[in-house]
Amino acid sequence: MNNSLRALLGATFLCASTGVAFADGHAKTITIATVNNGDMVRMQGYTDKFTEESGINVEWVTLEENVLRQRVTTDITTNGGSFDIMTIGMYETPIWGANGWLVPLDDLSAEYNAADILPAMAGGLSHDGTLFAAPFYGESSMVMYRTDLMEKAGLEMPDAPTWTFIAEAAAAMTDRDAGINGICLRGKAGWGEGGAFITATSNSFGARWFDENWKPQFDTEEWANTVNFFKDTMDASGPAGYATNGFNENLSLFNQGKCGMWIDATVAASFVTGKDSTVADHVGFALAPDNGLGKRSNWLWAWALAIPAGTQQKAEAKQFIEWATGTGYIEMVAANEGWANVPPGARTSLYENPEYQKVPFAQMTLDSILSADPNDSTVLPSPYVGVQFAAIPEFAGIATEVSQEFSAAYAGQQTVEEALANAQEIATEAMEAAGY
Amino acid sequence: MARAITTKQKVSWTILAWAFGLLMFFPIMWTFLTSFKTEGAAIADPPVWFFFDWTLENYTAVQERSNYPKALMNSIIIAVGSTILGIIIAVPAAWAMAFVPGKRTKDVLMWMLSTKMLPAVGVLYPLVLLAKWLGVIDSRILLIVVLMLINLPIIVWMLYTYFKEIPGEILEAARMDGASLKSEIIHVLTPMAIPGIASTILLNIILAWNEAFWTILLTTVNAAPLTAFIASFSAPEGLFYAKLSAASMMAVAPILIMGWFSQKQLVRGLTFGAVK
Amino acid sequence: MATAHSKSAARIMIAPAVFLLLVWMLVPLCMTLYFSFSDYRPLRGIFEPWVGFENYVRFFSSSSFLKSVFTTLWMVGGVLSITIIGGVLMALLLDRPIFGQGVVRMLVIAPFFIMPTVSALVWKNMFFNVDNGLFSYLYKWLGMQPYDFLSQAPIFSIVIIVAWQWLPFATLILLTAVQSLDSEQLEAAEMDGAPALSRFRFIILPHLSRAITVVILIQTIFLLSIFAEIFVTTNGAFGTRTLTYLVYQRVLESQNVGLGSAGGIIAVILANIVAIFLMRIVGKNLDT
Repeated sequence: MNNSLRALLGATFLCASTGVAFADGHAKTITIATVNNGDMVRMQGYTDKFTEESGINVEWVTLEENVLRQRVTTDITTNGGSFDIMTIGMYETPIWGANGWLVPLDDLSAEYNAADILPAMAGGLSHDGTLFAAPFYGESSMVMYRTDLMEKAGLEMPDAPTWTFIAEAAAAMTDRDAGINGICLRGKAGWGEGGAFITATSNSFGARWFDENWKPQFDTEEWANTVNFFKDTMDASGPAGYATNGFNENLSLFNQGKCGMWIDATVAASFVTGKDSTVADHVGFALAPDNGLGKRSNWLWAWALAIPAGTQQKAEAKQFIEWATGTGYIEMVAANEGWANVPPGARTSLYENPEYQKVPFAQMTLDSILSADPNDSTVLPSPYVGVQFAAIPEFAGIATEVSQEFSAAYAGQQTVEEALANAQEIATEAMEAAGY
Repeated sequence: MARAITTKQKVSWTILAWAFGLLMFFPIMWTFLTSFKTEGAAIADPPVWFFFDWTLENYTAVQERSNYPKALMNSIIIAVGSTILGIIIAVPAAWAMAFVPGKRTKDVLMWMLSTKMLPAVGVLYPLVLLAKWLGVIDSRILLIVVLMLINLPIIVWMLYTYFKEIPGEILEAARMDGASLKSEIIHVLTPMAIPGIASTILLNIILAWNEAFWTILLTTVNAAPLTAFIASFSAPEGLFYAKLSAASMMAVAPILIMGWFSQKQLVRGLTFGAVK
Repeated sequence: MATAHSKSAARIMIAPAVFLLLVWMLVPLCMTLYFSFSDYRPLRGIFEPWVGFENYVRFFSSSSFLKSVFTTLWMVGGVLSITIIGGVLMALLLDRPIFGQGVVRMLVIAPFFIMPTVSALVWKNMFFNVDNGLFSYLYKWLGMQPYDFLSQAPIFSIVIIVAWQWLPFATLILLTAVQSLDSEQLEAAEMDGAPALSRFRFIILPHLSRAITVVILIQTIFLLSIFAEIFVTTNGAFGTRTLTYLVYQRVLESQNVGLGSAGGIIAVILANIVAIFLMRIVGKNLDT
């Protein structure tokens, strides 16, 4: 069809839509898609400050993580141009950057000081050395445990525990009659939920997703050990519904005092020590466990702001990113809500700040982040980048299905062996289809 | 009813019916109650029923975080708009099928219904690409048209079955009197068809209000209705039952109240030809 | 009788609806068909217009395909049975003279107005959740171990949610049918001493058959495409992946639009087979 017909059709639609398109024509407005996590919601609260300073209006599209992924992925692959800034993670950024869908963030102002971004974060959000998304907050994973329950069990948490110790401590702390589970972990299906956790755990068991020839490895003993260990530990000391528990469910449980330990995102530290927590005064932190194989089980992730290449308002979007991910924002939140509530894990200077060093989980968060290396995450060599994921476009789909098999095994609907066999089949089929 | 019913029977039927009714309504009632609790009280063990410190803080929190009035407005415009547009297109079609049936009428009708079986996600990319090509993503008119098309088969079907129940003799009598086609529709048919049309309108407003696939994927801010509003509260970090309940009540209350007020009209025409 | 004049007028009146639905059907459908024969993976930037039947072969031969068809049938069948049995009972109950009939009817139809996303969220978190859900408190109160509905009885749980939403619809249609029942016939049967069960079996049920077919037809159309309830509760885990959900996973999660489109086309064909089958029954029932 030719352009005039297209214009005519489009115009017919728009005329009928009562001039929506022209309503905000005079003032500059940027549209930002973001996830409904606590730190992002807090950022929305400060939007007025940004508008005041810059004269740029901000429209927010806040969605739950899964819905957000659908929405922004559809938009970026069809070059829909609905958003000026998208909140994406370490998985999407290098893939989208490589496809030329994101605006390179290589010309940020000197004042912003991009060199201050933690190298691990900058590395994960770059493609070929070019930064494509600026981290709003970064995270690894670590052990959060109840100091009072540990004491009661007569145990002491080392700074760098092993899985054996964790399993023993979990069993010792479990008191089903009192509603206390020794350990709470993610078993929920989804590559970003239970899938991320089991993958990070598998690293410490010496497993890997693919060998150097991109052949899936679920038929190896390492994977069997990983999943069996997880299921055995959780059956013995975990909450009843762990096969459907994700980050949020476990956070609720921990805050209600129903978990002895919880291994999850480092950002959770500020929630479990915050005002919604009933156990805020009894929380200790330790590095994610290992098995003495040289790799720990902690992941690396960042929620970052990126500018889709199709935007009409590149300059305004960049201005917002510099504002939201710069040091000024951190100081503003610290002044208003205390240092424990600033977005963590993004900047080196934050961890050099003596005020922030007083926050109880600051050092452990930094140590966890520093001990995860997306370029070398497995014991045996692997061809992919990423700790709890492999940064290839096919991964999200495969890992979601694989984690569904695992969740079914956790729930007792199939054995771990069956789950692994199915996982191997799913992954092999998909990788062949993808042309590996 | 001529049958004699003892009071005792009536009382026992009443108890049973109320029990079922309350059971069906319970989830909504519980959500309503939870929306006025603190997050702590929302998960209290054992659950608290009526005697807790009622608070409006959840509604305030939800209100602060989102643009509820705008989402509500969009929901109303999209639901009502798509329904009206659908009725305008469907009434003539249903009329013609009911009163001037051809050989293929039934097939056309069946085919229309079968278009509803297309899984939405299967046509996601085509539709998004089309909408983008026309430059109408995130416009209310796009959603009005899309939802109208999704529901059109149901509208036509509902009207058709209703029109068919109108006795043809009345029309013929009108024709004998020399009424034109136009006056036949306006003066004879329309008054008789109003209950059916009203019911169709109500049902389709409900269906359009609750559509949660296209309304999220085809909107950003300008046209985002309550379904998108809910998607921002569905799994936030931390305790959220009370806030989720508040957001849920805000999203469903308008349609629930509308449904209750108009239930007589809704029920009267909601037969789909089920009664002969 | 219809004149030639009114016939042509009729055609003109049907035309807009038919034309619009044709466009609506054909344009996206043709594009889907086109994609289904192509290798279209947007995240890789791959678009190869013609790969033959590769996607169809892959979709058919994948072990998840047949499973998803059975899951779909289970789910639709489960919801239909609950709503129809429950709907008939509820309709008979509401037809009785009771105190506060209007209010009871309001309570019963309320779930029909609730957004699928909202009802799924409410059921999942506030009822089924094993730690904080009401069912768990109930189980504990009865002295039993809390039961994890969503992982132990996933299809059943989703069927409960969906049936809760659709029971009011079935009840309303069946209630209208019950109310149109000839009460004299029933009274006569009662006089003759026919027991309640056989009155139901031989008078009420045949009278309701038409309404039941209508409920089956309309609900099936909606139930084949249930999505939000699965997306919110299990995300397709624990064997709750219906055909619609499988297509969703291929298109959006795996970002393989070609494969997903092939799945979509297969789903349309299967749905139409079901439709033709249903229409035969309904069509027969509606002709009289």
